[in-house]
Amino acid sequence: MIEINNLTFTYDTCREPALDGINLTIKEGEFVAVLGHNGSGKSTLAKHLNAILLPSGGTVYADGINTADIKRLAELRRLVGMVFQNPDNQIVASVVEEDVAFGPENLGMPSEKIRERVDYALKTVGMYEMRNMAPYNLSGGQKQRVAIAGIIAMQPRYIVFDEPTAMLDPKGRQEVMQAIKALNSEQGITTVIITHYMDEAAEAERIVVIDHGKVIIDDTPRMAFANVALLKKLGLDVPQVTELMFRLRGEGIALEYNKLTVDECAEELKKALKKQV
Amino acid sequence: MITDITLGQYIPGNSILHRLDPRTKILLTFAFIAVVFITENIIGYVLIGFLLALLIKMSGIPFKFILKSLKPIYFFVIFTALLNLFMTGGKYIVSFGIFHISREGIILAATMALRLIFLVAGTSLLTYTTSPIVLTDGIEALLKPLEKIKFPAHELAMMMTIALRFIPTIIEETDKIMKAQSARGADFDTGGLIKKAKAMIPLLIPLFISSFRRADELALAMECRGYHGGEGRTKLKELRFKKLDLTAFLVFTLLAALCIFVGKFNLFYI
Repeated sequence: MIEINNLTFTYDTCREPALDGINLTIKEGEFVAVLGHNGSGKSTLAKHLNAILLPSGGTVYADGINTADIKRLAELRRLVGMVFQNPDNQIVASVVEEDVAFGPENLGMPSEKIRERVDYALKTVGMYEMRNMAPYNLSGGQKQRVAIAGIIAMQPRYIVFDEPTAMLDPKGRQEVMQAIKALNSEQGITTVIITHYMDEAAEAERIVVIDHGKVIIDDTPRMAFANVALLKKLGLDVPQVTELMFRLRGEGIALEYNKLTVDECAEELKKALKKQV
Repeated sequence: MITDITLGQYIPGNSILHRLDPRTKILLTFAFIAVVFITENIIGYVLIGFLLALLIKMSGIPFKFILKSLKPIYFFVIFTALLNLFMTGGKYIVSFGIFHISREGIILAATMALRLIFLVAGTSLLTYTTSPIVLTDGIEALLKPLEKIKFPAHELAMMMTIALRFIPTIIEETDKIMKAQSARGADFDTGGLIKKAKAMIPLLIPLFISSFRRADELALAMECRGYHGGEGRTKLKELRFKKLDLTAFLVFTLLAALCIFVGKFNLFYI
């Protein structure tokens, strides 16, 4: 469990706080999406979860470890993994499997054990066949999957993804999102994904919307996206289905808001059409 | 524009030379250099030539690649040979004008040229049969004992690893920036040397800035993956001396001893 209590953070270069009294609890096994406009503080929040940044005020605990406790930093980093935006800047070695091995090597594991973890991690993200390739011969989506494998090999309980698909093409985005979802549902790894793609957020169990360093919405996607007007005011899009329902309601058609998938939307429209006729 | 990025000059293969431990190869390369320098007479050089030819044959590297590796030193070899040919005193065989050629001069010129060629061909055999990553591992392992006197062996190896990893990335980026600047009217191809050098500024500055940003992000990512320097770090692929390495050491020592013996002591009075 990650507990964030009254977290505030101000960058040295800025007078306005980037985070302003955040209270959040992330339970084991959850799949949380953190949404927010550019500069809302969502990345700053992510960087607090494994002590890249330390709170100016308030506390962050991960499984009982205070992130400000410098003596337990190594333990914390093993517990909470982090995947960044640009896969190129996370890959250290010039061979895929050597890169995935980087984390376990740092943990000082014996080489047979490292081999086991590397193979397992590469299979989990579906990159095992490419283990001997050079990263620069891979596509963006494949590179990001290698970066994810590098984190999995450290066997963390939590993985924080900081806009993992922002630099990828649509195909790469899909690959990476699939890998992330499988991690959560099959491996039971608690997942926090920072994103500004609504379709990705809709895949989560829980959505946290942040604006000006404050939590504005904390709910299931279904309920969160029902606040179309509020989301729009915060400069966020909503999934296309929600957008359609929102506009139709604006035209005076009685529709339920909280539909997320295309099928649900079609069903709802059918019902509405029957009523009209 | 910049395509086909090959790193180093490694040629993959499965010969005995490829399979040797990198440490063995590095040490034997140094031993080879020493032998070349110790050897003084032409018979010794003929022997070394045979040894080298044997190694090249064993490595399966096409001979033209070895010639290619000599390309940068052709001029140097010829220059050294000519200098020795004309500047060495002794009993002149041929004289025209101020130029005199002595018997000693011919021999010295030949040995000097051969010495250079052997050195480069021998060391290039190391880089042809060892991938840069493995080579780095080998260097790290060999320098490890020096860590006792605070020599940063691990840091050096890590720097080399990262440099190797980022060469293609940076080349790709250079290409991208060049295209972006060309699209906005930058001209990299025409003009004299000074104009061309000046044209590089709008290329180099963005490249530097982005490299620093990359370095920053990479450092962060490495820290998040538990990197804390070389202490207590293990390896996915530990280097291991095999029987093959022992054999290589023995055979090489024998041959080197022969070369030195023949090359140092002028058995045939040439």
